[in-house]
Amino acid sequence: MRFLQGESLYGGYGGADILQGCSIGVNKGEIAVVVGPNGAGKSTAMKAMFGMLSVREGSVELDGQDISELPPQERVTLGMGFVPQNANVFTSMTVEENLEMGAFIRRDDFSPTMEQVFSLFPVLAEKRSQPAGELSGGQRQQVAVGRALMTQPSVLMLDEPTAGVSPIVMDELFDRIIEIAKTGIAILMVEQNARQALEIADRGFVLVQGRNRYTDTGEALLADPEVRRAFLGG
Amino acid sequence: MTDILNALALLGNFVIVPGLTYGSQLALGALGVTMIYAVLRFSNFAHGETMSFGAMITILVTWWLQGKGVSLAPLPTALLALPIGIIGTVLMCLLFDRFVYRYYRRQRAAPVTYLILSVGILFILSGLVRFVIGPQDRIFADGERFIMKARAFKEMTGLDQGLAIKTTQGVTVVTAVIVVALIFWFLNRTRTGKSMRAYSDNEDLALLSGISPAKVVSITWIITGALAAVAGTLYGLDKGYKPFTYLGLVLPIFAAAIVGGVGNPLGAISGGFVISFSELLLTFAYKRVIAYLTPGDWVPEGLVQLLATDYKLAVSFVILVIVLLVKPTGLFSGKTL
Amino acid sequence: MSLNLRNILLFAVMGALLIAVGVIQSANVALAILNLCLISAIMTLGVNIQWGYAGLFNAGVMGFAALGGLAAVVVSFPPVPDAWSAGGPRAILGVASGAFAIGLAILTWRKVPGSRQTRGWAAAAVAIAGIILMRFIIDPAVEAIEAVEPAKTGFLGGLGLPIVFSWITGGAFAALAAWGIGKISLGLRSDYLAIATLGISEIIIYFLKNEEWMARGVKNVNGLPRPVPYEIDLQQTVWVQELAATFGFSLVELSSIIVKLSYAGLFIVVLVIVFWLSEKALKSPWGRMMRAIRDNEVAASAMGKDVTWRHLQVFVLGSAVIGLAGAMLTTLDGIFTPASYQPLRFTFLIWVMVIVGGSGNNLGSILGGFVIWFFWIEAEPIGLALIEFLTSGMAVDSALRSHLIENAAHTRLATMGVVLLLVLRFSPRGLIPERSK
Repeated sequence: MRFLQGESLYGGYGGADILQGCSIGVNKGEIAVVVGPNGAGKSTAMKAMFGMLSVREGSVELDGQDISELPPQERVTLGMGFVPQNANVFTSMTVEENLEMGAFIRRDDFSPTMEQVFSLFPVLAEKRSQPAGELSGGQRQQVAVGRALMTQPSVLMLDEPTAGVSPIVMDELFDRIIEIAKTGIAILMVEQNARQALEIADRGFVLVQGRNRYTDTGEALLADPEVRRAFLGG
Repeated sequence: MTDILNALALLGNFVIVPGLTYGSQLALGALGVTMIYAVLRFSNFAHGETMSFGAMITILVTWWLQGKGVSLAPLPTALLALPIGIIGTVLMCLLFDRFVYRYYRRQRAAPVTYLILSVGILFILSGLVRFVIGPQDRIFADGERFIMKARAFKEMTGLDQGLAIKTTQGVTVVTAVIVVALIFWFLNRTRTGKSMRAYSDNEDLALLSGISPAKVVSITWIITGALAAVAGTLYGLDKGYKPFTYLGLVLPIFAAAIVGGVGNPLGAISGGFVISFSELLLTFAYKRVIAYLTPGDWVPEGLVQLLATDYKLAVSFVILVIVLLVKPTGLFSGKTL
Repeated sequence: MSLNLRNILLFAVMGALLIAVGVIQSANVALAILNLCLISAIMTLGVNIQWGYAGLFNAGVMGFAALGGLAAVVVSFPPVPDAWSAGGPRAILGVASGAFAIGLAILTWRKVPGSRQTRGWAAAAVAIAGIILMRFIIDPAVEAIEAVEPAKTGFLGGLGLPIVFSWITGGAFAALAAWGIGKISLGLRSDYLAIATLGISEIIIYFLKNEEWMARGVKNVNGLPRPVPYEIDLQQTVWVQELAATFGFSLVELSSIIVKLSYAGLFIVVLVIVFWLSEKALKSPWGRMMRAIRDNEVAASAMGKDVTWRHLQVFVLGSAVIGLAGAMLTTLDGIFTPASYQPLRFTFLIWVMVIVGGSGNNLGSILGGFVIWFFWIEAEPIGLALIEFLTSGMAVDSALRSHLIENAAHTRLATMGVVLLLVLRFSPRGLIPERSK
């Protein structure tokens, strides 16, 4: 049983189940990556783990505690952070205000956390008084990640963080994610750029039609010729 | 030189002072409409009646205070009664939210449903107000009538044209400035205010950040109710209170909110002044101003008026319609607090 | 048109209520309510065509009804020759030049090359120049016309035709206006459409109030000719006198009843025709497509339906029906009073009728028109009686009591609001729900 573990998940948005019994999990300090073809239920699995979708069958456990029935807000207070794929910043608010809103549930002094985020993403410190909507795509993703880090989560979940950014920005973002993992945070992310993501992954899950097809370390999956042929384009 | 000053005094008396006053009233009203739109995402047709309700409570308390011999002279007693008016209006808004709107919010009803609901509330409030205070004109301004009388101004400056400032006009503008400053301080400086902006900006992300929608909605109604009570009272103080006129105010208020960009508080305020000054500038008779500004004794023949005074209110409707058709997002882009 | 038992029962109750008023108050009161119920029902049918069939929120009902009223004046009032010779042709020329200017402005917007912005300013410049030209032409004419016996006429008068023709004309006026309004505003989101139509209807009323040369503005046009006999004439007719003697009615009362019944007969014919046509339209492929568009605009336009064009059709048709009802209302009143057009009474009340009756169902609209109008009128005596009863314990000279009794009439506004909210909450599809497809 890992620190965050979704076990045999079934569910969807009403109608037929999209998730057909997949299991994903991640330990503290680890990076776990979920990859797979379009429509495999990757994002759905993330939403199920975070409670934005009710799971019909199966369970989600955090640190040994069953959280399957909790709404997203309560999962946030338990130390889970989520970065959605789209609309993941408050565009009309400044960078600093975005981070402040990330810390909304905290009643203590969060300025040290904000400094940590600024040292992780120095460009954000420069643009702290600019509306997030005016930033570039890569910078916005940094704001989005920074916002989620403001609660000092023990698990950070990212839904396709590199969607729509340039390869250079992607590499940099992955470097930052590795840095975040090194501080002992569990990272679970969905990625389209499967090869690059698996390169930094401690653990990889290949989902097909809502089920686990392959589960192994990132390295092993990259080495597996079948996985390479079917999912990584040779 | 004196001629120019006379022309300015004339404009000041008939355009600038009334424009600032009416603009402030509209701005406060539009701010309320915009708040509801930004957070609850519908156009509240009942806002004019909400203002009327607030003014009514204030008037009732004012009468009671006057009966007790309490006075705030030289300022109007209504200012003392206003806090009660605000509390009453806020409670009314929260009650309607609890018993009417909340149910539909949970159903995630379409915006037009809320609009129809607000029409229902419009009926209830207008009936209630007329039932309690009656449909007649009520003048409840007391205290000193003028800050500056036209004659005093003439004596002071030696000009031919007088510039009068009524106490209610001064009170309106000063109160509006204070209220607007408070609102902006709240929205930009406080944690709760920022959470409101966040909710208005991106509802889902606000949820993920642990912002409670129920709390945001309640605070929105509290602010809207307070704004409506203040705006309604100021309008009534300045122009006399008549329940009937408040329904007519809804359109100029919508016009102000939409011209500035619905959902944008700064836009609502500027929209209020755009509307009030357009109304006055388009229907003002420039005859005497031109006479002062041209050399010699030449006086223009007609009134030099762009539109007949009868069409004053229609100006705001025309602006409203034009903005909706040409740039529905308003002069400042909308949907953000 | 399968009338089920429930619907028959609902209409029977409505009929019984009217009869009860006839017995308790008087036949005249009951018939007066009935006539306005009929007109309200037609107006409601018009709004239902727009809202129920197509989901368009038209908050400009008042404006279209007033245009219908204008038609009644223009068609039926005898022409005022002095006013015509004083400035008639010049006024017509002025209006024509205004129309020409608007046309030219639209043409500029469409045809002149350049960016949106330059075209916009060019069109605005053309329009403003046109308006100045129009004012230049029309102002002296208006002055001259309004100077002709201002206490009695001061306007051009009408065509002197039978007033029944104005019902068609009223529909046409409203349809024409709706075409223009729809053309420019139907692309807007639902709540903006509501605000825009509300604004435009206010502009129409302003116009009617202030352009005295057209229909006397706030000075009102009195004594429009009637499509039915006058009471005075009836009272001198032998068969009426005999009838009154046979049944023991007073002659005055009986003549008034006959007049009201004649109106009711005419209105029922119109209501039946409009209802029949509306049902035909709703059940035709056109009506089915309308509802398909209403239920899923995106899917419908993806299937190649021209949504905007369909919306324009339905907007024009519905407004024409409202205009027709507006002309009928002015006919019944015999007087055109622009100042009496208030959004609460002419727009929002009609909306309450549509929603309470059942959006999308024509029979429901008729019932809604009847029920709401009935209670709009009867809420006053009922409210008064209720308050008199509730305050009967108080001293006769109690200030509070006399205040409450004095203002009891206003409770009807609140009643309408409560009814609307209750229906929306507990029976959102109305008294007679739309039949599912």
